[in-house]
Amino acid sequence: MYEIDPSRIDLAQEFKRKPFGRHSAELQRVLNRMRSEPFEGHYVLLRDGRFGPWRLAQLGRRPQDSMALTGHVFQDRVDAEWQVFKLRWQRLTGQDLPLD
Amino acid sequence: MLKIVGYTDRPSARPGERLDFKISCEEGARAFDARIVRLICGDDGPTSPGYKVLPIEAKVNGSYSGRKQSIDVGSYMLGKQPAALRASAGFTLAAIVQAHWVDKETPQTIIACHDLAHAGSMRGVSLSLDRSGAGAATVGDGRGQITLGTGRPLMPKRWYLIAASYDATDRRLIVTQRPLERQFGEPEHSDGSAVIPFALPDMTDATLTVGATLMPGITDRRQSQLHFDGKIEAPALYAGYLDPLRISHPSWAAQPCIARWDFSRDMAARTVRDQSGNGFDGELVNLPTRAVTGSNWHGETTNWRERPDLYGAIHFHCDDLYDMGWATDFTWELPGDVASGIYACELTTPDGGEDVVPFFILPPKGKVTASVALLASTYTYLAYANSHHGYEDSLSEVCYGALLELGPAEQFLKERRDFGVSLYDRHRDGSGSSYSSWLRPILNTRPKRAIWNFNADLHITDWLQAIGQPYDVITDDRIHAEGVDLLKGYRCVIAGTHPEYHTTQMLDAFERYQKDGGRLMYLGGNGFYWRIATNPEWPAAIEVRRGETGTRCYELPPGERYHAFTGEFGGLWRSQGRAPQKMFGVGFVTEGFDASSYYTRLADSFDPRAAFIFDGVGPEERIGDFGILGGAAGLELDASDPELGTPAHALILAKSVEHSNTFLLTPEELLAGFPGLDAIESDRCRAELVFFETASGGAVFSTGSIGWASSLSHNKYDNNVSRITLNVLRRFLDPKAFA
Repeated sequence: MYEIDPSRIDLAQEFKRKPFGRHSAELQRVLNRMRSEPFEGHYVLLRDGRFGPWRLAQLGRRPQDSMALTGHVFQDRVDAEWQVFKLRWQRLTGQDLPLD
Repeated sequence: MLKIVGYTDRPSARPGERLDFKISCEEGARAFDARIVRLICGDDGPTSPGYKVLPIEAKVNGSYSGRKQSIDVGSYMLGKQPAALRASAGFTLAAIVQAHWVDKETPQTIIACHDLAHAGSMRGVSLSLDRSGAGAATVGDGRGQITLGTGRPLMPKRWYLIAASYDATDRRLIVTQRPLERQFGEPEHSDGSAVIPFALPDMTDATLTVGATLMPGITDRRQSQLHFDGKIEAPALYAGYLDPLRISHPSWAAQPCIARWDFSRDMAARTVRDQSGNGFDGELVNLPTRAVTGSNWHGETTNWRERPDLYGAIHFHCDDLYDMGWATDFTWELPGDVASGIYACELTTPDGGEDVVPFFILPPKGKVTASVALLASTYTYLAYANSHHGYEDSLSEVCYGALLELGPAEQFLKERRDFGVSLYDRHRDGSGSSYSSWLRPILNTRPKRAIWNFNADLHITDWLQAIGQPYDVITDDRIHAEGVDLLKGYRCVIAGTHPEYHTTQMLDAFERYQKDGGRLMYLGGNGFYWRIATNPEWPAAIEVRRGETGTRCYELPPGERYHAFTGEFGGLWRSQGRAPQKMFGVGFVTEGFDASSYYTRLADSFDPRAAFIFDGVGPEERIGDFGILGGAAGLELDASDPELGTPAHALILAKSVEHSNTFLLTPEELLAGFPGLDAIESDRCRAELVFFETASGGAVFSTGSIGWASSLSHNKYDNNVSRITLNVLRRFLDPKAFA
């Protein structure tokens, strides 16, 4: 299993600059790990209007179970991607990401 | 949540035909307005052409009374006529079952014989699984009821014979389950036994069901409940007491039989004939899955037509749905002069609800009213109908390269399994879905939704409108029904952004059209990929049996890859000698959903044969490095492959570049996994623009990308994607034969 090196802040900075599309090979490994989280607790976005806002939620144990809202609300999907990146970084490395 | 939803009784109609509209106000609105429009563009995004419609003066435009309509979801077999059961003389119920959702935590009916006139406590008998998943029997006299279980939950996906016998002489009820493939530590049989403290009533007007029971006391709309999720084989009901341990197979008992059904017979039929001779035929409701392996199947064949006796089971699901069965709110009799096109009924409620119900109008039968026809991929729309797989598969995010998003329709569907599933979903018991039906609101075949399938195809109608090109709209379902007769009048047929699912009849029609000199423009990706089947007994549904390879969300069990509807082998057309590369020059190779890219011209684009295509396009121009998706090459991509049939003289005009690592080669492109399968490392992950002429003076132009059409409107339709498409269309409409 690939482990994320918490000292590689440069990878987080790369993601923040460009969350979608091609990434460096190392950042891609980080994202593959983060995005392959198990079903239960997996982060998803709930869009309530046609073009936002988005509420962050986590899936339940089974598909039919209710989702749990985290309380985060975003006006922009890019902000949501960054917030979830930080949450996953903390969970997978045990360290807060020292970036806003 | 959605406040109003609706559907039509058919996806398509012609002038002079009728369309029934069935509407439900889901949050209690007592009235709604309906307005017919012609759809031009459905994409209302901030960088998109916008939602564009032409109002239609239709007699049905107006206000209507609204109400919430009910849904009976879940499949089962219902006896067509009432049965008599003399419980006072004893009885026996028996079946072979394979439970797929043992920990469902609700009772699951195998066979029931109930008097439904009693609205209160159950009056009748049933064989079932109890809440724990153990074999059980329930009896009731209308005042009280008793459920007796074996106390041992079934092991999932293992075959058991389950029987319940009632001996009226001492009022003893026995329930037995016997594993047919006993596991280590599992007893030969598990039993429950009890004396029933009340007399079971004789019934003369009982309702027989298999796979569910009906709610008693419902007078307006039949409502099923307590569905069984899994396979049931050879259900039978006997008069008198039979020793459950002496039943080796429910169909083989010598006891006088009230009813027994053999699910291996009449595989495509909706009616299941009673084999007892007593005439208790059953009607299948909500399209359970047939042509599934039975308890006696051990790999002798994978084709049910060779040994139907090995396919004696039906797989029932609690979320099967064929027909919502809603009442019709109004009927539009299409005027004789209504133009062919994509239409919709806009529905609104006073409490802010809105739905837009699309349908497709073809020209009058036997006529063409334009030189070009746009194919609306109604079977592909249907394949994806109300899909849940995006948010029910935790691997979706890593495939999509972005967080999963549930918009209002997806949030609604997540809560409302009674709107059915798509061909991409797993049923609640984990088994793959093989059927999808039109007879329900299809919430992802709508304008103002994601750029995918229907809404993406509306980029083509928007472009045709923008360039002033008259066009007819034709549909998958009508090509299937009418064959090449529907195509032959058109100089050019445009296949849309994602024409993925086709019947044998449809491919035959396209091949005939091409052989007769027709011109085909395929403006999409992942087209002509899966074989599907239809069945006049279930005319609103399609069936897919996904085969050995291809990009799939589930794998069907061994031995279940032949369609029940037709007996045809399922899977990729590529696996059956009819790869799309043969007819269109390209076929599916990769997909990715995070970002779209652009094409660069290849040497073939400078061939004089292709000069008309690139008229006005510079030699170094990037093609489609713009658009609503960010590029014309995106989502799902096709490329040429001479091995699979791309003609040797085909011109490979351009290929897409710079895709991300989420674009991976599809499974059918691989013999084994190896490093370097993504678009960063493999140049096989690309879209290709392909052109070739046919021997009969026709021609083919394929773009190899679902994203192509989303770039047409860029810069007010003045861009090289639009220019190339227009250059091709003009030449394809020119009757001069390609040499």
